[in-house]
Amino acid sequence: MEAIRTTGLTKKYKDVVAVDNLNLSVFKGELFSLLGVNGAGKTTTIKMLSCLTTPTSGDALLNGKSICKDPAAVKSIIAVSPQETAVAPGLSVRENLELMCGVHGFTKDKKVRKIAELTELLGLNTVISKKAGKLSGGWQRRLSIAMALVSEPEILFLDEPTLGLDVLARSDLWDLIRSLKGKITIILTTHYMEEAEALSDRIAIMKDGRLLVCDTAEKIKEQAGKDSFEQAFIQIVKGAEK
Amino acid sequence: MRIFTFAGRNAKEILRDPLTVCFGLGFPVVLLLLLSAIQANIPVKLFEIQHLTPGITVFGLSFMTLFSATVIAKDRGSSLLQRLYTTPLTALDFILGYTLPIIPIAVAQCAVCYLVAILLGLKLTVGILYATVFIIPVSAFYIALGLLCGSVFTDKQVGGICGGLLTNLSAWLSGVWFDLDLVGDAFQKIAYALPFVHAVELERAVLSGDAAGVFPHIWWVLGYAGATLGVAVLLFLRQMKRQ
Repeated sequence: MEAIRTTGLTKKYKDVVAVDNLNLSVFKGELFSLLGVNGAGKTTTIKMLSCLTTPTSGDALLNGKSICKDPAAVKSIIAVSPQETAVAPGLSVRENLELMCGVHGFTKDKKVRKIAELTELLGLNTVISKKAGKLSGGWQRRLSIAMALVSEPEILFLDEPTLGLDVLARSDLWDLIRSLKGKITIILTTHYMEEAEALSDRIAIMKDGRLLVCDTAEKIKEQAGKDSFEQAFIQIVKGAEK
Repeated sequence: MRIFTFAGRNAKEILRDPLTVCFGLGFPVVLLLLLSAIQANIPVKLFEIQHLTPGITVFGLSFMTLFSATVIAKDRGSSLLQRLYTTPLTALDFILGYTLPIIPIAVAQCAVCYLVAILLGLKLTVGILYATVFIIPVSAFYIALGLLCGSVFTDKQVGGICGGLLTNLSAWLSGVWFDLDLVGDAFQKIAYALPFVHAVELERAVLSGDAAGVFPHIWWVLGYAGATLGVAVLLFLRQMKRQ
């Protein structure tokens, strides 16, 4: 069953076409990666799907709800963990989670329950009283994802969640993302080939706003005739330049 | 509920910054003490405690502009606002959430100034209570100015523009530090075309119990507050759309 279906999704900024006639489907419970070099249109695609920016043309249905016609309904079923760490630095980890519970209108009981659940799921117990601004990059990303999960989203957008993290923090975050697989639909954007290959059910490779290929990592390697996913990616992207 | 959650977060961000307490509450009090000490040695009518205190309470509000502008500009600079834009918070929630928490801080700052002024010899009258209430429309102008600056400038620019330029403009053009009659002509005309001096004269009139003296200054203050808030809301919505 489809969680996301885009039809001719296009975004233009003056003369620049950031996303060009994007047509793709993402299935429920799938972890779907958008891969591409800088300026490929990954973040713009996420911004359109999360109703942060309106498409120039085309539309997308998220669990049947249109981003153009019913953005409020779309917002009620999605959550975004943006590229940069999006936490309130002066608040503690608990207060950050309380903030998200509050803006989603949770009752006191539900708030307490949700915070306990997310603290356990993301292993935030040791830092729960610390100020978010004082946490390391890895912990901040963890908190950022926890804040996105507060609203119990059906679709979660993770925009370059491991950017700038060290190897251990990245590995921890991969484990966390794996633990969410199957429970909710996850759209992940990343620069890292190994990340996309290790985590994704399917991968879409974009360049200059266009979708070049969309398949499993194995099929993409097969299609490019390469053993390594990185080599396959390079071949596909460079091939599109010719 | 959503507004109060967001407003509560903004209040915490502001009050947990030690510079806020130092400048917001400490600096006006230091000025009050310093100028009262000067007045004790070289008596100047302008620095008599009943003239000086209303001016200091208005001048102190320029820090409210700085606080509100800084919180908004920092939020715009980080991805927090982007995250919050994908939640059910509406544009009105954002605007009120940034505005409301600063009003009690402004009232508290005003109350502290009057408390210190009483210790320095200000006569305890009901006018103090009214002056503290009338600081709310004045603070609305300063907070709206913060919303406007925070919607347009980066947090670094806000520091220079609100922290430096606005505090100086608010000081020079308010008639707190020197009598505007002494400067005369163009400077005086400019000062009276802006809200700062009207805000000070409004507060002086309220403190002294001069009901007639409230006018026309209250109209200038309310007019500027309304117009600034209108422009600030438009600019905030514009940057919200751009995000």
